[in-house]
Amino acid sequence: MTTLPARRLRFAVSDSLVLTGRALAHAVRQPVPVLVGLLFPVLLVLMFGYLFGGAMTVPGGGDYREFLLPGMFAMTVAFGIEATYTAVASDTARGVTDRFRTLPMAPSAVVTGRAAADLLHSAAGLAVMLACGLAVGWQWRAGPARALAAVGLLLLLRFALIWVGIHLALVLRRPESVVALQILVWPVGFTSNAFVAPETMPGWLAAVAEWNPLSATVAACRELFGNPGWGGDSFAAQHAVALAVVWPVLLIAVFLPLSVRRWRHLGR
Amino acid sequence: MPVNGPTIDAEGLRKRYGDMRALDGLDLTVPAGGVCGLLGPNGAGKTTAVRVLTTLLRPDAGRATVAGADVLRHPDRVRARIGLVGQHAAVDEVLSGRQNLVLFARLHHLPVSRARARAADLLDRFDLVDAADRPVGTYSGGMRRRLDLAAGLILDPPVLVLDEPTTGLDPRARAQVWDAVRGLAAAGTTVLLTTQYLEEADQLADTLRVVDRGRVIAAGTPDQLKTALGGDRVDVVLSRPDDLDRAVRLVGVAVGAAPDVDPAALRLSVPVPQRVTALAAVLRALDDAGLAPADVAVRRPTLDEVYLRLTARDAPDTDRTVTA
Repeated sequence: MTTLPARRLRFAVSDSLVLTGRALAHAVRQPVPVLVGLLFPVLLVLMFGYLFGGAMTVPGGGDYREFLLPGMFAMTVAFGIEATYTAVASDTARGVTDRFRTLPMAPSAVVTGRAAADLLHSAAGLAVMLACGLAVGWQWRAGPARALAAVGLLLLLRFALIWVGIHLALVLRRPESVVALQILVWPVGFTSNAFVAPETMPGWLAAVAEWNPLSATVAACRELFGNPGWGGDSFAAQHAVALAVVWPVLLIAVFLPLSVRRWRHLGR
Repeated sequence: MPVNGPTIDAEGLRKRYGDMRALDGLDLTVPAGGVCGLLGPNGAGKTTAVRVLTTLLRPDAGRATVAGADVLRHPDRVRARIGLVGQHAAVDEVLSGRQNLVLFARLHHLPVSRARARAADLLDRFDLVDAADRPVGTYSGGMRRRLDLAAGLILDPPVLVLDEPTTGLDPRARAQVWDAVRGLAAAGTTVLLTTQYLEEADQLADTLRVVDRGRVIAAGTPDQLKTALGGDRVDVVLSRPDDLDRAVRLVGVAVGAAPDVDPAALRLSVPVPQRVTALAAVLRALDDAGLAPADVAVRRPTLDEVYLRLTARDAPDTDRTVTA
């Protein structure tokens, strides 16, 4: 018999793989919502890129679609919080979470399995969006290494949002409340640099947009992909890559312990 | 695993939510084998007790062992020895019945091939083979419950805890769940079952614990409880509504106790110390007054009556209407 910690670790890994497999089985059983989720950002690219794009100006010049795509990558990642929320809230409301808690499984697997599944889901979403970007004329212009770093930053933001989603789901526990989240994603997205450059906004709004965590990731992606619209005089614009690391790390530092606390609170 | 002594042994369990004492010093001893019913009104503390015993909830005070393991010190050992079927069918609605059972078997750390074999066994045992590969979202309430039961039995646990397993089921589905529970108990599983249906308790439970306001207020077999509380009763059913008031008075005088009245059924029911003497006295009193009852019978109290008496809050006995 292997030692106890080794067994524990093995079960923690195998249990979380089982739960990741469960999430994938969901996608196979219900492909339509998954496809809609993957294609919705594509629709946004077409809408903003072609419908509104003509009226948009990119500060410092440049093609609006080149400017838009990094913003849409970040929005794709932000939409993912809805999937995390729905999955965790449904399990908790339906008693599945309680069943997991009475099984001799590794408790951590419930969240690590979720996190792995959500990262895979968002990676698929980003792959679709990168392909969509290439199809509408977007390109990475600063080399593959920096492009990969940009994808890494996007997934880091997604990882941070997993913990926000889990925390909200364990607090609210109502799957229907995802509607509120679906609505709230929009003002957060619009008060960032994802669709429009902050320079074109009124001063106070520009400040909000500059410091929006989403903006940090978008600006960092523009920089790393070599797309137009990055840089500027403000501190946030000058340190976009650093902030695109700091913001998600901060979110994780706050929401990971909160989620663990909420999880333990289920037993009080 | 130690099997000596009781399978479930809880002492002085306390749990407060704000001002509400969900558990107020609950003691519970359940011997190995058979079905033990926890009976009580809504909010009595049944579910809280179950959640403590299945490691879902930490009590504020008290201790409990289940199948020889301490729920606070070794929750992992308890989890390996129990199956829980909660109030909601806690299964994945998107996956098929088979996928659900394989998932839960894998989370019990069975290897893939054994998990598949176990899922097939359980589907067969719970009569779900035809629906095995359909999404659970398309199952009827009864099928979902049976799948839920199956998911609680992956490792043939020595203890199965069922929290209101038939709430919301139609009579046919309820009978199916009862059959399954009887089969498990017959095979040696110790079943702890909470219910608010007295019929269910009477049908299934070998022993009962009546829970009220967070404590066990009575314990015994259904027969013992019926005998201990109330003894025999005489029921009189009248043929004319106009006779009701007179009959209540006459019967009350004849047996020296105020009858419970069900005006809709024209029925009086009164507890009696001596069945034969009392029956004769009631018949004589009615006959002397020229009242012809539709039916007169001596019977044991129903579990409903025992239960209502035990859990009566502030209503005095005479105000209560008993429907048998």
